[in-house]
Amino acid sequence: MINYIWFFLIFIGILVAIFTGNIEAINSTVIEDTQSAVMFAIGLIGIMAVWLGMMKIAEKSGLINSFSKALRPITNFLFPDIPKNHPALSAIVMNMVTNMFGAGNSATALGIKAMEEMNKLNNDKKRATNAMCMFLIINMSSVQLVPLTVLKIRADAGSLNPTEIIGTSLVATTVSTVVGIISAKILQNRR
Amino acid sequence: MVKVLSIISISVIPTIITIILVHGYIKGVALYDVFVEGAKEGFTTAIKIMPYLIAIFVAIGIFRRSGAMEIMVNIFAPITNIFGIPNEVLPLVIMRPISGSGSLGVVQDIVSTYGADGFIGRVASTMMGSAETIFYTMAVYFGAVGIKNSRHTLSAALLSHVAAVIASVMVCRLVFGS
Repeated sequence: MINYIWFFLIFIGILVAIFTGNIEAINSTVIEDTQSAVMFAIGLIGIMAVWLGMMKIAEKSGLINSFSKALRPITNFLFPDIPKNHPALSAIVMNMVTNMFGAGNSATALGIKAMEEMNKLNNDKKRATNAMCMFLIINMSSVQLVPLTVLKIRADAGSLNPTEIIGTSLVATTVSTVVGIISAKILQNRR
Repeated sequence: MVKVLSIISISVIPTIITIILVHGYIKGVALYDVFVEGAKEGFTTAIKIMPYLIAIFVAIGIFRRSGAMEIMVNIFAPITNIFGIPNEVLPLVIMRPISGSGSLGVVQDIVSTYGADGFIGRVASTMMGSAETIFYTMAVYFGAVGIKNSRHTLSAALLSHVAAVIASVMVCRLVFGS
């Protein structure tokens, strides 16, 4: 799937650029966007190290165990295939918390940790498990409680009440998360 | 309300760190040694996702900057009319799953063109606050563990995105009127 999407994004992009005489844009994209990808990955090293270190401490101290015990009713429903007390669960929960509070890079670090833990339970390393799909779907449909950048844009544009969209965003995001979870539960049983 | 929420947002990471450290201290964990042991993995993991990031950044960058994105928006315009989605927010509907920074730019553009306190501005802001970047997230997370077959992730994520879009329009209509 990703092979097709990736190819068509680039192929169509280049075709359009040729027809619109915008070919120079391709050259600058190849140079600049690759650089920002590298900078992003390098910037992630520090925050990854901090969270992986913290997770290790929480694992040794037994905090992860008690944490995942408390959340078992929810995680059992969403991720029935992950064994109790597995470190994947705490990484998942911490990813969701940091995500909700808008700590993007910390969330990414913990999310990658969660994926690695879930992959340890995976028999076919090339194929995503139900738990991985569910985790990503929730991750992509749930967002921060206070969308600070949007509020900033609204305030800059002279809004009388920049924060009035927090409530509507929360409702919309809840709807989308529920739809995501239901779709995942239904689609995972096909094949 | 907002002030309280943003204070919580700022303090969530210090709180988590404090709880982990204090709990570890009480349980007698060799904090510094264990932290370093875990932190070592940070480098390899971050480097491991780099090629995936580059691949996705380049593809999306080319698609967006070539003008192909705009053409796609025009093609999809008639379809979204069925759901009562205002035409003006359409670029956002399509950009949102593809690129986070790109869609922020679109919101900025919509809000400054149509006003932040109008129906269109509110719908765009709500949408921005209620959806996530799909392709990028999938590339990074699946890339990090080398998964090739993502199964139903994309279809469920797109369904959830469509739900977010329709819900944004409907909620704004209910709350603010159109």
